[in-house]
Amino acid sequence: MRTTIPVGPYHPLIEEPELFRVVVEGERVVDIDWRTSYMHRGIEKIAESKTYDQVVFLVERICGICSTSHPIAFCNAVEDLVGVEIPERARYIRSIVAELERIHSHLLWLGLAGHYIGYHTVWMWSWKYRELVCDLFEKISGNRQSYAMIKPGGVRQDIKASEYGGIVKAMDELEPKMNMLIGAILDDPVMLARLKGVGKLSREDAVKRCTVGPVARSAGVDIDVRRDYPYAAYDAVEWNVITQTDGDVLAMAVVRLLEILEAVKIVRQCVDGIPEGPILEEIPEVPPGEGIGVEEAPRGECFHYVRSDGTNCPYRLKVRAPTYSNLPSFRSRFIGERVADIMIILASIDPCYCCTNRAVRMEDGKPLRMLDEKNLLDLSWERTKELERSFPQRSRSWLEI
Amino acid sequence: MSLTNLLTYVGLVAVFPGFVFTAVVGLLSSWFDRKLSARLQWRVGPPWYQSFADVAKLLGKETVVPAGSAKLVFLGAPFVGFAAVVVVSTILWMASIRPDGAFVGDLIVVLYLLYVPSLAIIIGGSASRNPFAALGASREMKLMLAYEVGFLISAFTLVVKNGGIVSLGGMVAYQQASGPMLSQGISCIIAFIVALIYVPAKLAVGPFDIPEAECELISGPFTEYSGVPLAAFKLTKAMLMCVLPVFLITVFATTAWSPWAILWYVLILVFVVLIKNTNPRLRIDQALRFFWGPVLVLSIVGIVLASLGL
Repeated sequence: MRTTIPVGPYHPLIEEPELFRVVVEGERVVDIDWRTSYMHRGIEKIAESKTYDQVVFLVERICGICSTSHPIAFCNAVEDLVGVEIPERARYIRSIVAELERIHSHLLWLGLAGHYIGYHTVWMWSWKYRELVCDLFEKISGNRQSYAMIKPGGVRQDIKASEYGGIVKAMDELEPKMNMLIGAILDDPVMLARLKGVGKLSREDAVKRCTVGPVARSAGVDIDVRRDYPYAAYDAVEWNVITQTDGDVLAMAVVRLLEILEAVKIVRQCVDGIPEGPILEEIPEVPPGEGIGVEEAPRGECFHYVRSDGTNCPYRLKVRAPTYSNLPSFRSRFIGERVADIMIILASIDPCYCCTNRAVRMEDGKPLRMLDEKNLLDLSWERTKELERSFPQRSRSWLEI
Repeated sequence: MSLTNLLTYVGLVAVFPGFVFTAVVGLLSSWFDRKLSARLQWRVGPPWYQSFADVAKLLGKETVVPAGSAKLVFLGAPFVGFAAVVVVSTILWMASIRPDGAFVGDLIVVLYLLYVPSLAIIIGGSASRNPFAALGASREMKLMLAYEVGFLISAFTLVVKNGGIVSLGGMVAYQQASGPMLSQGISCIIAFIVALIYVPAKLAVGPFDIPEAECELISGPFTEYSGVPLAAFKLTKAMLMCVLPVFLITVFATTAWSPWAILWYVLILVFVVLIKNTNPRLRIDQALRFFWGPVLVLSIVGIVLASLGL
């Protein structure tokens, strides 16, 4: 008997609205279909009405977890457009911030993964260790999340010499704890039984579906923007790109866990090698033209495209968040798996669905036109009216409330 | 039966040692579980009255019956399970307090009654017409098939060992006369280990919280439940948390009505909580393989050893 299990649009486990229709026969998954874009925020459109300096704050809010990846990618794009070299010190600061963010993002993922397979102790412990990094961010930037450190041409805030000690101390504290956590997870037979061989992604599929980041690396695709298209200070420090070959959930976990240790390494070297000097190269004006910027976000390659018509606002901003590239790999990974593994496979790409949202109106399968703010509002009013017509009683009671 | 006798029986079942007493101990045990889990996870954890407050709150909530569900079965199932646990707890405590008493009930009745809450969960979940509940019910059924066989064999290991006594009072009296079962040979220790593994599976706590795996099935068979029926289910679970350790103590170690029993009780609870907090949830097929593989073999070894007199 076939049953459709809806995961979403509002699921107690996933904090973002998206819908996975999982068709199961007994405990086996036979088909999967998904819908995202329940939370289109029109960020690309809004960006066209903001100055370059303001857009940084806007794109910082695309994702709450990789909140420095989008600003760095955007600034890379603007700097590419203008053709400006940012100061050395700013490069190092960008690397430090980005790597600290990678640590806290991977720890967040680890906790959620623990939660998804019912291992609440891992969840709570990794989130406790994550606090170290969040506290560190608060010391450096004043914020635990959305640090507002990045600016086109450099960084907005300096890391004071008095703060180096705190960073190194936090890293010293974190490293043994990470080793302990990694050991505890990878040596646990029950954990291995749950993760090994689950949701396998073959190398061919990883390439064919254009996966990025840890997902691609876990399947043996050796790509990393930090090494392949160096930005910030990544070409000045020693570190390794972590790859695995199995492409299952375990391999993805291993890649992320070992990347935490690499990130610790990078942060240490950056703090050691950070040069004195200015932190900002002023960009007086942005000439007409276009630029692209990439950044290795914790979830994979984050891509920004900026086109300028010579005014102080971008003429067009195009964002591709890593989850957008990783989502299509689901289909090949789900068929034949068990219901119990749905959640952990969904989680294995470390998804951020709201970052990927798009609004394109289709008619007869062809995109009709891009929608502007007014069209979107009209559409939403239309829908509300439709709902009121179909549930007259219920909508009245909502009004009464 | 005179009125006094009747009142005594009602009192035994409803207040002490039946419903009220077991519910209080069970809810306190569930608080102990939550608090210890919280401390293991570096959280603060709830205050001691939290489990009571939860049940009290649920009692005041609206009961929603999903459209299209089998209403009578859906609403009746929680109370059937609840009644079974009340009876089982009364039988167990009475066997400990007055082993020579005339209170009916033997090992087989208790084993039967322990099935009922799981059956109630399966029936209630299936009656709610929710895909999550249906999957949860089917998992509960599979899990039950998995853990019951080994547990039954380990329970009958004791009967083989004590020379065919099946009445609970008799088992307690036998232990009082010739020492706790646990001290009577390797077969009883094996049976005890199997029964210990059975406890988290029966309670459906980690790593065997497969039927109500919140990440996959919202809350499995309980997905559609709310208000009083949900409170009944919660209370049943809490009381099971008291009844199962008491059962283990009664048949394996000592009477449940002695100071040592408290130590045993806490140790069994700590064991359950530690297992829960150091393991991820198993998949249903892994749980089946675990119970029908090593656990079943272990319990068979136990009963064979017992028949050899070891």
